[in-house]
Amino acid sequence: MGACWGVAVEKDSIYLPCEKHSTEKDLDPRIKLLSVLSVIILIVIIPPGKWLAYVPFLAIVLALILFHRLPLKKVLLRSISIIPFVLVITIFLPFFKGGPAIFSGQLWIFRINISQDGIVAMLSILIKAWLCMLSLIWLTTTTTITSLLEALRRLHFPAVMVMILSFMYRFIFVIIEETRRMKHARDCRLCGKDRLIQFRSLGNLIGTLFIRSYERSERVYAAMLARGFDGTPRTVNTLRLRKSDFVFVASLGSVLIFVLVMNYRLFI
Amino acid sequence: MPEPVIEIENLNFSYPDGREVLKNIHLTVYRGETLAVIGPNGAGKSTLLLHLNGILHKNGSIKILGETIGDHNLHRIRARVGLVFQNPDDQLFCPLVYDDVAFGPLNLGYSPSTIREKVEKALAEVGMSGFEQRAPHHLSLGEKKRIAIAAVLSMDPEILAFDEPTSNLDPRARWLLINLLKRLPATKIIATHDLDMVRLLCERTAVLDKGQILADGPTDSILNNLELLRTAGLAP
Repeated sequence: MGACWGVAVEKDSIYLPCEKHSTEKDLDPRIKLLSVLSVIILIVIIPPGKWLAYVPFLAIVLALILFHRLPLKKVLLRSISIIPFVLVITIFLPFFKGGPAIFSGQLWIFRINISQDGIVAMLSILIKAWLCMLSLIWLTTTTTITSLLEALRRLHFPAVMVMILSFMYRFIFVIIEETRRMKHARDCRLCGKDRLIQFRSLGNLIGTLFIRSYERSERVYAAMLARGFDGTPRTVNTLRLRKSDFVFVASLGSVLIFVLVMNYRLFI
Repeated sequence: MPEPVIEIENLNFSYPDGREVLKNIHLTVYRGETLAVIGPNGAGKSTLLLHLNGILHKNGSIKILGETIGDHNLHRIRARVGLVFQNPDDQLFCPLVYDDVAFGPLNLGYSPSTIREKVEKALAEVGMSGFEQRAPHHLSLGEKKRIAIAAVLSMDPEILAFDEPTSNLDPRARWLLINLLKRLPATKIIATHDLDMVRLLCERTAVLDKGQILADGPTDSILNNLELLRTAGLAP
Protein backbone atom coordinates (compact mmCIF):
# COMPACT_ATOMS: atom_id res chain seq x y z
CA MET A 1 0.00 0.00 0.00
CA GLY A 2 3.01 2.27 0.47
CA ALA A 3 2.07 5.90 0.29
CA CYS A 4 -1.62 6.33 -0.09
CA TRP A 5 -2.94 9.85 -0.41
CA GLY A 6 0.56 11.04 0.24
CA VAL A 7 0.61 9.63 3.74
CA ALA A 8 2.96 6.77 4.46
CA VAL A 9 3.45 4.86 7.63
CA GLU A 10 6.74 6.15 8.94
CA LYS A 11 9.15 3.40 8.32
CA ASP A 12 10.25 2.53 11.82
CA SER A 13 7.82 4.61 13.76
CA ILE A 14 7.52 2.09 16.55
CA TYR A 15 11.24 1.74 17.12
CA LEU A 16 14.12 3.83 18.18
CA PRO A 17 16.26 4.64 15.16
CA CYS A 18 18.96 2.38 16.52
CA GLU A 19 17.15 -0.73 15.33
CA LYS A 20 19.70 -0.69 12.53
CA HIS A 21 22.44 -1.51 15.02
CA SER A 22 21.52 -5.14 14.72
CA THR A 23 23.93 -6.64 12.24
CA GLU A 24 25.05 -10.07 11.31
CA LYS A 25 28.14 -9.62 13.41
CA ASP A 26 26.01 -9.09 16.48
CA LEU A 27 25.31 -11.61 19.20
CA ASP A 28 22.92 -14.50 18.69
CA PRO A 29 19.37 -13.36 19.58
CA ARG A 30 18.86 -16.46 21.73
CA ILE A 31 21.82 -15.45 23.86
CA LYS A 32 20.49 -11.93 24.22
CA LEU A 33 17.02 -13.13 25.12
CA LEU A 34 18.29 -15.54 27.77
CA SER A 35 20.73 -12.93 29.16
CA VAL A 36 17.97 -10.38 29.57
CA LEU A 37 15.73 -12.99 31.11
CA SER A 38 18.35 -13.97 33.70
CA VAL A 39 19.19 -10.35 34.49
CA ILE A 40 15.48 -9.65 35.00
CA ILE A 41 15.03 -12.66 37.26
CA LEU A 42 18.02 -11.64 39.37
CA ILE A 43 16.68 -8.10 39.66
CA VAL A 44 13.21 -9.27 40.61
CA ILE A 45 14.38 -11.53 43.45
CA ILE A 46 16.19 -8.74 45.32
CA PRO A 47 14.29 -8.31 48.62
CA PRO A 48 12.64 -4.89 49.18
CA GLY A 49 14.69 -2.21 50.89
CA LYS A 50 18.14 -3.44 49.83
CA TRP A 51 18.87 -0.37 47.74
CA LEU A 52 22.57 -0.93 47.15
CA ALA A 53 21.94 -4.34 45.60
CA TYR A 54 20.45 -2.64 42.54
CA VAL A 55 23.60 -0.69 41.75
CA PRO A 56 25.58 -3.55 40.15
CA PHE A 57 22.60 -4.41 37.93
CA LEU A 58 22.23 -0.82 36.84
CA ALA A 59 25.92 -0.91 35.98
CA ILE A 60 25.52 -4.14 33.98
CA VAL A 61 22.56 -2.87 31.99
CA LEU A 62 24.23 0.48 31.32
CA ALA A 63 27.36 -1.35 30.23
CA LEU A 64 25.33 -3.39 27.74
CA ILE A 65 23.66 -0.24 26.43
CA LEU A 66 26.99 1.52 26.02
CA PHE A 67 28.56 -1.60 24.54
CA HIS A 68 26.07 -1.41 21.66
CA ARG A 69 26.55 2.38 21.44
CA LEU A 70 22.88 3.13 21.90
CA PRO A 71 22.02 6.81 22.41
CA LEU A 72 21.92 6.90 26.21
CA LYS A 73 19.66 9.91 26.51
CA LYS A 74 17.01 8.45 24.21
CA VAL A 75 17.13 5.10 25.94
CA LEU A 76 16.73 6.71 29.38
CA LEU A 77 13.84 8.85 28.18
CA ARG A 78 12.12 5.84 26.72
CA SER A 79 12.68 3.74 29.83
CA ILE A 80 10.84 6.29 31.95
CA SER A 81 7.65 5.49 30.04
CA ILE A 82 7.14 2.45 32.27
CA ILE A 83 6.93 4.59 35.45
CA PRO A 84 3.30 5.82 35.07
CA PHE A 85 2.02 2.29 34.52
CA VAL A 86 3.79 0.94 37.59
CA LEU A 87 2.77 3.98 39.60
CA VAL A 88 -0.90 3.30 38.90
CA ILE A 89 -0.48 -0.17 40.37
CA THR A 90 1.76 0.70 43.32
CA ILE A 91 0.43 4.10 44.40
CA PHE A 92 -1.94 2.52 46.90
CA LEU A 93 0.68 0.34 48.56
CA PRO A 94 1.76 2.92 51.18
CA PHE A 95 -1.85 3.35 52.26
CA PHE A 96 -2.86 -0.27 52.57
CA LYS A 97 0.23 -2.07 53.69
CA GLY A 98 0.44 -2.81 57.40
CA GLY A 99 3.40 -2.20 59.67
CA PRO A 100 4.67 0.91 61.42
CA ALA A 101 3.19 4.14 60.12
CA ILE A 102 5.41 7.11 59.40
CA PHE A 103 2.41 9.36 59.10
CA SER A 104 -1.14 9.08 60.21
CA GLY A 105 -3.83 11.67 60.19
CA GLN A 106 -7.45 12.45 59.68
CA LEU A 107 -8.71 13.52 56.29
CA TRP A 108 -12.37 14.49 56.62
CA ILE A 109 -13.96 11.18 57.68
CA PHE A 110 -11.08 9.01 56.55
CA ARG A 111 -8.18 7.95 58.68
CA ILE A 112 -4.99 7.86 56.69
CA ASN A 113 -1.95 5.76 57.52
CA ILE A 114 1.16 5.85 55.41
CA SER A 115 3.18 2.79 56.20
CA GLN A 116 6.91 2.68 55.93
CA ASP A 117 6.90 -0.86 54.51
CA GLY A 118 4.45 0.30 51.88
CA ILE A 119 6.72 3.08 50.70
CA VAL A 120 9.70 0.74 50.61
CA ALA A 121 7.71 -1.79 48.59
CA MET A 122 6.50 0.88 46.19
CA LEU A 123 9.98 2.24 45.57
CA SER A 124 11.42 -1.26 45.16
CA ILE A 125 8.85 -2.16 42.56
CA LEU A 126 9.44 1.10 40.73
CA ILE A 127 13.19 0.55 40.61
CA LYS A 128 12.79 -3.07 39.54
CA ALA A 129 10.36 -2.19 36.78
CA TRP A 130 12.61 0.57 35.54
CA LEU A 131 15.71 -1.64 35.48
CA CYS A 132 13.83 -4.42 33.71
CA MET A 133 12.52 -1.91 31.19
CA LEU A 134 16.04 -0.65 30.60
CA SER A 135 17.33 -4.14 29.87
CA LEU A 136 14.36 -4.88 27.61
CA ILE A 137 15.04 -1.71 25.66
CA TRP A 138 18.58 -2.93 25.19
CA LEU A 139 17.20 -6.21 23.83
CA THR A 140 14.57 -4.76 21.51
CA THR A 141 16.67 -1.98 20.05
CA THR A 142 19.64 -4.16 19.24
CA THR A 143 17.63 -7.10 17.87
CA THR A 144 15.25 -7.10 14.92
CA ILE A 145 11.80 -8.50 15.50
CA THR A 146 12.45 -11.25 12.99
CA SER A 147 15.52 -12.54 14.77
CA LEU A 148 13.74 -12.29 18.12
CA LEU A 149 10.93 -14.43 16.73
CA GLU A 150 13.48 -16.87 15.36
CA ALA A 151 15.12 -16.98 18.79
CA LEU A 152 11.78 -17.74 20.47
CA ARG A 153 11.16 -20.48 17.95
CA ARG A 154 14.54 -22.06 18.49
CA LEU A 155 14.07 -21.89 22.27
CA HIS A 156 10.95 -24.04 21.79
CA PHE A 157 8.44 -21.34 22.53
CA PRO A 158 5.10 -22.74 21.18
CA ALA A 159 5.19 -22.42 17.38
CA VAL A 160 1.63 -21.16 17.13
CA MET A 161 2.37 -18.30 19.52
CA VAL A 162 5.44 -17.31 17.53
CA MET A 163 3.34 -17.38 14.39
CA ILE A 164 0.72 -15.13 15.95
CA LEU A 165 3.43 -12.68 17.02
CA SER A 166 4.89 -12.69 13.53
CA PHE A 167 1.45 -12.05 11.98
CA MET A 168 1.00 -9.20 14.40
CA TYR A 169 4.23 -7.62 13.31
CA ARG A 170 3.54 -8.13 9.62
CA PHE A 171 -0.02 -6.83 9.60
CA ILE A 172 0.18 -4.03 12.13
CA PHE A 173 1.55 -1.84 9.32
CA VAL A 174 -1.17 -2.90 6.89
CA ILE A 175 -3.85 -2.18 9.48
CA ILE A 176 -2.35 1.17 10.51
CA GLU A 177 -2.33 2.15 6.85
CA GLU A 178 -5.91 1.00 6.42
CA THR A 179 -7.00 2.97 9.49
CA ARG A 180 -5.31 6.07 8.18
CA ARG A 181 -7.03 5.80 4.82
CA MET A 182 -10.41 5.33 6.48
CA LYS A 183 -9.77 8.22 8.83
CA HIS A 184 -8.82 10.51 5.96
CA ALA A 185 -11.92 9.52 4.04
CA ARG A 186 -14.03 10.20 7.11
CA ASP A 187 -12.39 13.52 7.85
CA CYS A 188 -12.95 14.63 4.28
CA ARG A 189 -16.68 14.14 4.65
CA LEU A 190 -16.89 15.29 8.26
CA CYS A 191 -16.16 18.90 7.29
CA GLY A 192 -15.19 19.80 10.86
CA LYS A 193 -18.55 18.83 12.36
CA ASP A 194 -18.90 18.60 16.11
CA ARG A 195 -17.22 16.13 18.44
CA LEU A 196 -20.27 13.96 19.00
CA ILE A 197 -20.53 12.98 15.34
CA GLN A 198 -16.80 12.42 15.30
CA PHE A 199 -17.04 9.97 18.16
CA ARG A 200 -20.03 8.23 16.69
CA SER A 201 -18.23 7.75 13.38
CA LEU A 202 -15.22 6.47 15.30
CA GLY A 203 -17.37 3.56 16.42
CA ASN A 204 -18.27 2.78 12.82
CA LEU A 205 -14.65 3.05 11.84
CA ILE A 206 -13.52 0.58 14.48
CA GLY A 207 -16.30 -1.83 13.54
CA THR A 208 -15.44 -1.66 9.86
CA LEU A 209 -11.77 -2.10 10.64
CA PHE A 210 -12.55 -5.20 12.65
CA ILE A 211 -14.63 -6.75 9.88
CA ARG A 212 -12.03 -5.90 7.25
CA SER A 213 -9.28 -7.44 9.34
CA TYR A 214 -11.38 -10.53 9.83
CA GLU A 215 -11.98 -10.85 6.10
CA ARG A 216 -8.32 -10.25 5.41
CA SER A 217 -7.44 -13.06 7.78
CA GLU A 218 -9.61 -15.39 5.70
CA ARG A 219 -7.83 -14.35 2.50
CA VAL A 220 -4.43 -14.73 4.14
CA TYR A 221 -5.38 -18.19 5.29
CA ALA A 222 -6.55 -19.12 1.79
CA ALA A 223 -3.21 -17.90 0.43
CA MET A 224 -1.40 -20.03 2.99
CA LEU A 225 -3.45 -23.07 2.03
CA ALA A 226 -2.69 -22.39 -1.62
CA ARG A 227 0.99 -22.81 -0.83
CA GLY A 228 0.55 -26.15 0.84
CA PHE A 229 0.07 -25.09 4.46
CA ASP A 230 -1.34 -27.99 6.45
CA GLY A 231 -1.45 -26.57 9.96
CA THR A 232 2.17 -27.23 10.93
CA PRO A 233 4.24 -24.05 11.07
CA ARG A 234 7.60 -24.77 9.46
CA THR A 235 10.58 -22.44 9.31
CA VAL A 236 14.15 -22.38 8.14
CA ASN A 237 16.74 -22.43 10.87
CA THR A 238 19.29 -19.72 10.31
CA LEU A 239 20.82 -19.15 13.74
CA ARG A 240 24.34 -20.37 14.51
CA LEU A 241 26.22 -19.87 17.76
CA ARG A 242 29.64 -18.28 17.24
CA LYS A 243 32.71 -17.85 19.35
CA SER A 244 31.70 -14.32 20.34
CA ASP A 245 28.45 -15.69 21.74
CA PHE A 246 30.29 -18.07 24.04
CA VAL A 247 32.64 -15.30 25.14
CA PHE A 248 29.65 -13.10 25.91
CA VAL A 249 27.83 -15.83 27.84
CA ALA A 250 30.97 -16.66 29.82
CA SER A 251 31.69 -13.06 30.76
CA LEU A 252 28.11 -12.03 31.53
CA GLY A 253 27.58 -15.28 33.43
CA SER A 254 30.62 -14.80 35.63
CA VAL A 255 29.75 -11.15 36.26
CA LEU A 256 26.22 -12.13 37.27
CA ILE A 257 27.43 -14.86 39.63
CA PHE A 258 29.97 -12.49 41.16
CA VAL A 259 27.32 -9.82 41.66
CA LEU A 260 24.92 -12.32 43.15
CA VAL A 261 27.46 -13.57 45.68
CA MET A 262 28.70 -10.09 46.61
CA ASN A 263 25.16 -8.80 46.95
CA TYR A 264 24.25 -11.52 49.42
CA ARG A 265 27.50 -10.99 51.39
CA LEU A 266 27.34 -7.22 51.56
CA PHE A 267 23.89 -5.82 51.15
CA ILE A 268 21.26 -8.42 51.78
CA MET B 1 -4.22 -32.56 -29.62
CA PRO B 2 -2.28 -31.15 -26.66
CA GLU B 3 -2.68 -32.68 -23.22
CA PRO B 4 -5.43 -31.13 -21.06
CA VAL B 5 -4.06 -29.98 -17.68
CA ILE B 6 -7.23 -28.52 -16.18
CA GLU B 7 -10.65 -30.02 -16.80
CA ILE B 8 -13.54 -28.31 -15.07
CA GLU B 9 -16.91 -29.91 -15.43
CA ASN B 10 -20.26 -28.76 -14.17
CA LEU B 11 -18.86 -26.45 -11.49
CA ASN B 12 -21.45 -24.65 -9.38
CA PHE B 13 -20.80 -22.47 -6.36
CA SER B 14 -23.05 -20.34 -4.21
CA TYR B 15 -22.50 -18.35 -1.06
CA PRO B 16 -24.03 -19.64 2.17
CA ASP B 17 -26.87 -17.11 1.71
CA GLY B 18 -27.81 -18.82 -1.54
CA ARG B 19 -26.44 -16.22 -3.98
CA GLU B 20 -25.01 -18.05 -6.98
CA VAL B 21 -21.45 -17.14 -7.94
CA LEU B 22 -20.60 -19.82 -10.48
CA LYS B 23 -23.18 -21.58 -12.61
CA ASN B 24 -22.49 -24.73 -14.57
CA ILE B 25 -18.92 -23.93 -15.59
CA HIS B 26 -17.22 -26.14 -18.17
CA LEU B 27 -13.65 -25.25 -19.02
CA THR B 28 -10.62 -27.13 -20.29
CA VAL B 29 -7.09 -25.72 -20.32
CA TYR B 30 -4.31 -27.36 -22.31
CA ARG B 31 -0.63 -27.62 -21.50
CA GLY B 32 1.49 -24.58 -22.34
CA GLU B 33 -1.53 -22.42 -22.99
CA THR B 34 -2.11 -18.92 -21.63
CA LEU B 35 -5.80 -18.47 -20.98
CA ALA B 36 -7.40 -15.18 -20.02
CA VAL B 37 -10.57 -15.21 -17.97
CA ILE B 38 -12.11 -11.79 -18.42
CA GLY B 39 -15.20 -10.42 -16.84
CA PRO B 40 -16.51 -7.45 -14.86
CA ASN B 41 -16.07 -7.06 -11.10
CA GLY B 42 -18.06 -9.67 -9.24
CA ALA B 43 -18.32 -12.03 -12.22
CA GLY B 44 -16.84 -14.88 -10.17
CA LYS B 45 -13.29 -14.83 -11.53
CA SER B 46 -11.60 -15.02 -8.12
CA THR B 47 -13.97 -17.74 -6.95
CA LEU B 48 -13.17 -19.75 -10.05
CA LEU B 49 -9.44 -19.44 -9.36
CA LEU B 50 -9.90 -20.56 -5.76
CA HIS B 51 -11.30 -23.81 -7.12
CA LEU B 52 -8.20 -24.54 -9.18
CA ASN B 53 -6.15 -25.78 -6.26
CA GLY B 54 -8.87 -26.90 -3.99
CA ILE B 55 -9.17 -23.96 -1.61
CA LEU B 56 -12.83 -24.35 -2.47
CA HIS B 57 -13.89 -27.77 -3.61
CA LYS B 58 -16.71 -30.31 -3.48
CA ASN B 59 -18.76 -28.18 -5.87
CA GLY B 60 -18.24 -30.08 -9.10
CA SER B 61 -15.60 -32.11 -10.79
CA ILE B 62 -12.21 -30.53 -11.40
CA LYS B 63 -9.35 -32.56 -12.80
CA ILE B 64 -5.81 -31.25 -12.52
CA LEU B 65 -3.31 -33.15 -14.68
CA GLY B 66 -5.74 -36.03 -14.84
CA GLU B 67 -6.38 -36.19 -11.09
CA THR B 68 -9.78 -35.27 -9.67
CA ILE B 69 -9.36 -32.86 -6.74
CA GLY B 70 -10.38 -34.44 -3.46
CA ASP B 71 -9.36 -34.34 0.18
CA HIS B 72 -6.73 -37.02 -0.32
CA ASN B 73 -4.63 -35.22 -2.96
CA LEU B 74 -4.93 -31.54 -1.97
CA HIS B 75 -1.31 -31.42 -0.94
CA ARG B 76 -0.12 -32.67 -4.31
CA ILE B 77 -2.49 -30.44 -6.27
CA ARG B 78 -1.38 -27.33 -4.40
CA ALA B 79 2.23 -27.98 -5.27
CA ARG B 80 1.27 -28.17 -8.94
CA VAL B 81 -1.10 -25.23 -9.17
CA GLY B 82 0.35 -21.92 -8.00
CA LEU B 83 -2.22 -19.28 -7.08
CA VAL B 84 -1.15 -15.63 -7.05
CA PHE B 85 -3.64 -13.53 -5.15
CA GLN B 86 -4.76 -10.08 -6.19
CA ASN B 87 -3.57 -8.27 -3.08
CA PRO B 88 0.01 -9.16 -2.12
CA ASP B 89 -0.74 -7.99 1.42
CA ASP B 90 -2.98 -11.03 1.67
CA GLN B 91 -0.44 -13.40 0.25
CA LEU B 92 2.75 -12.20 1.92
CA PHE B 93 2.35 -12.75 5.62
CA CYS B 94 5.91 -13.15 6.91
CA PRO B 95 8.02 -10.38 8.39
CA LEU B 96 10.78 -11.13 5.84
CA VAL B 97 10.65 -11.64 2.09
CA TYR B 98 12.88 -14.70 2.40
CA ASP B 99 10.52 -16.49 4.79
CA ASP B 100 7.58 -15.83 2.50
CA VAL B 101 9.27 -17.24 -0.59
CA ALA B 102 10.52 -20.19 1.47
CA PHE B 103 7.07 -20.91 2.89
CA GLY B 104 5.86 -23.05 -0.03
CA PRO B 105 9.04 -25.17 -0.35
CA LEU B 106 9.06 -25.66 3.44
CA ASN B 107 5.55 -27.07 3.29
CA LEU B 108 6.69 -29.39 0.53
CA GLY B 109 9.30 -30.73 2.92
CA TYR B 110 12.43 -29.84 0.94
CA SER B 111 15.86 -29.86 2.58
CA PRO B 112 17.33 -26.54 3.78
CA SER B 113 19.85 -26.35 0.94
CA THR B 114 17.19 -27.05 -1.69
CA ILE B 115 14.97 -24.42 -0.12
CA ARG B 116 17.73 -21.82 -0.29
CA GLU B 117 18.32 -22.73 -3.91
CA LYS B 118 14.63 -22.51 -4.82
CA VAL B 119 14.23 -19.16 -3.08
CA GLU B 120 17.22 -17.69 -4.87
CA LYS B 121 16.06 -19.02 -8.22
CA ALA B 122 12.49 -17.76 -7.75
CA LEU B 123 13.64 -14.29 -6.70
CA ALA B 124 16.03 -14.12 -9.64
CA GLU B 125 13.21 -15.11 -11.99
CA VAL B 126 11.09 -12.15 -10.93
CA GLY B 127 14.08 -9.81 -10.84
CA MET B 128 14.05 -9.34 -7.08
CA SER B 129 17.36 -10.92 -6.05
CA GLY B 130 18.85 -9.25 -3.02
CA PHE B 131 15.48 -8.53 -1.39
CA GLU B 132 15.63 -11.60 0.87
CA GLN B 133 16.14 -9.72 4.11
CA ARG B 134 13.68 -6.90 3.36
CA ALA B 135 10.34 -6.49 5.09
CA PRO B 136 7.28 -6.64 2.79
CA HIS B 137 5.78 -3.53 4.37
CA HIS B 138 8.74 -1.49 3.13
CA LEU B 139 8.24 -2.50 -0.52
CA SER B 140 6.19 -0.86 -3.26
CA LEU B 141 3.07 -2.56 -4.61
CA GLY B 142 4.83 -3.61 -7.81
CA GLU B 143 7.67 -5.13 -5.81
CA LYS B 144 5.24 -6.90 -3.52
CA LYS B 145 3.37 -8.34 -6.51
CA ARG B 146 6.60 -9.73 -7.91
CA ILE B 147 7.53 -11.21 -4.53
CA ALA B 148 4.08 -12.80 -4.39
CA ILE B 149 4.79 -14.41 -7.77
CA ALA B 150 8.21 -15.58 -6.54
CA ALA B 151 6.52 -17.08 -3.47
CA VAL B 152 4.54 -19.29 -5.83
CA LEU B 153 7.32 -19.97 -8.35
CA SER B 154 9.53 -21.36 -5.58
CA MET B 155 7.20 -24.38 -5.50
CA ASP B 156 7.86 -25.14 -9.20
CA PRO B 157 4.18 -25.30 -10.18
CA GLU B 158 3.16 -26.55 -13.59
CA ILE B 159 0.11 -24.32 -13.67
CA LEU B 160 0.01 -20.68 -12.59
CA ALA B 161 -3.19 -18.79 -11.85
CA PHE B 162 -3.12 -15.02 -11.45
CA ASP B 163 -5.90 -12.92 -10.00
CA GLU B 164 -5.80 -9.38 -11.46
CA PRO B 165 -2.00 -9.27 -11.74
CA THR B 166 -1.88 -5.71 -13.07
CA SER B 167 -4.51 -4.04 -10.90
CA ASN B 168 -3.45 -0.82 -9.16
CA LEU B 169 0.01 -0.77 -10.75
CA ASP B 170 1.58 2.29 -12.33
CA PRO B 171 2.45 1.96 -16.03
CA ARG B 172 6.08 1.04 -15.49
CA ALA B 173 5.35 -1.59 -12.85
CA ARG B 174 2.55 -2.89 -15.06
CA TRP B 175 4.90 -3.32 -18.04
CA LEU B 176 7.50 -5.01 -15.88
CA LEU B 177 4.87 -7.42 -14.69
CA ILE B 178 3.48 -8.15 -18.17
CA ASN B 179 6.99 -8.90 -19.42
CA LEU B 180 7.58 -11.12 -16.41
CA LEU B 181 4.38 -13.09 -17.07
CA LYS B 182 5.37 -13.46 -20.71
CA ARG B 183 8.68 -15.07 -19.70
CA LEU B 184 7.16 -17.68 -17.37
CA PRO B 185 6.99 -21.05 -19.14
CA ALA B 186 4.17 -22.65 -17.11
CA THR B 187 0.56 -23.02 -18.23
CA LYS B 188 -1.11 -19.77 -17.18
CA ILE B 189 -4.61 -18.67 -16.32
CA ILE B 190 -5.00 -14.94 -15.89
CA ALA B 191 -8.19 -13.49 -14.42
CA THR B 192 -8.33 -9.83 -15.33
CA HIS B 193 -10.13 -7.01 -17.06
CA ASP B 194 -6.92 -5.48 -18.38
CA LEU B 195 -7.76 -6.17 -22.04
CA ASP B 196 -4.47 -4.76 -23.39
CA MET B 197 -2.58 -7.32 -21.37
CA VAL B 198 -4.89 -10.06 -22.59
CA ARG B 199 -4.11 -9.10 -26.19
CA LEU B 200 -0.38 -9.28 -25.46
CA LEU B 201 -0.23 -12.45 -23.42
CA CYS B 202 -3.09 -14.77 -24.09
CA GLU B 203 -3.89 -16.76 -27.18
CA ARG B 204 -7.24 -17.89 -25.77
CA THR B 205 -9.87 -15.98 -23.80
CA ALA B 206 -12.95 -16.97 -21.85
CA VAL B 207 -15.57 -14.39 -20.93
CA LEU B 208 -17.15 -14.82 -17.52
CA ASP B 209 -20.22 -12.83 -16.56
CA LYS B 210 -22.64 -13.38 -13.67
CA GLY B 211 -21.04 -16.73 -12.96
CA GLN B 212 -21.45 -18.10 -16.46
CA ILE B 213 -19.04 -18.52 -19.31
CA LEU B 214 -20.46 -16.46 -22.17
CA ALA B 215 -17.78 -17.27 -24.71
CA ASP B 216 -14.52 -19.14 -25.03
CA GLY B 217 -12.24 -18.90 -28.04
CA PRO B 218 -9.22 -17.26 -29.66
CA THR B 219 -8.41 -13.89 -28.07
CA ASP B 220 -8.63 -11.94 -31.34
CA SER B 221 -12.10 -13.05 -32.23
CA ILE B 222 -13.37 -12.43 -28.69
CA LEU B 223 -11.83 -9.02 -28.21
CA ASN B 224 -13.05 -7.90 -31.62
CA ASN B 225 -16.61 -8.93 -30.79
CA LEU B 226 -17.78 -5.58 -29.40
CA GLU B 227 -21.32 -6.82 -28.96
CA LEU B 228 -20.11 -9.59 -26.64
CA LEU B 229 -17.82 -7.31 -24.66
CA ARG B 230 -20.67 -4.85 -24.19
CA THR B 231 -22.96 -7.58 -22.87
CA ALA B 232 -20.30 -8.58 -20.36
CA GLY B 233 -19.73 -4.98 -19.26
CA LEU B 234 -16.21 -4.91 -20.66
CA ALA B 235 -16.78 -2.24 -23.30
CA PRO B 236 -18.71 1.03 -23.04
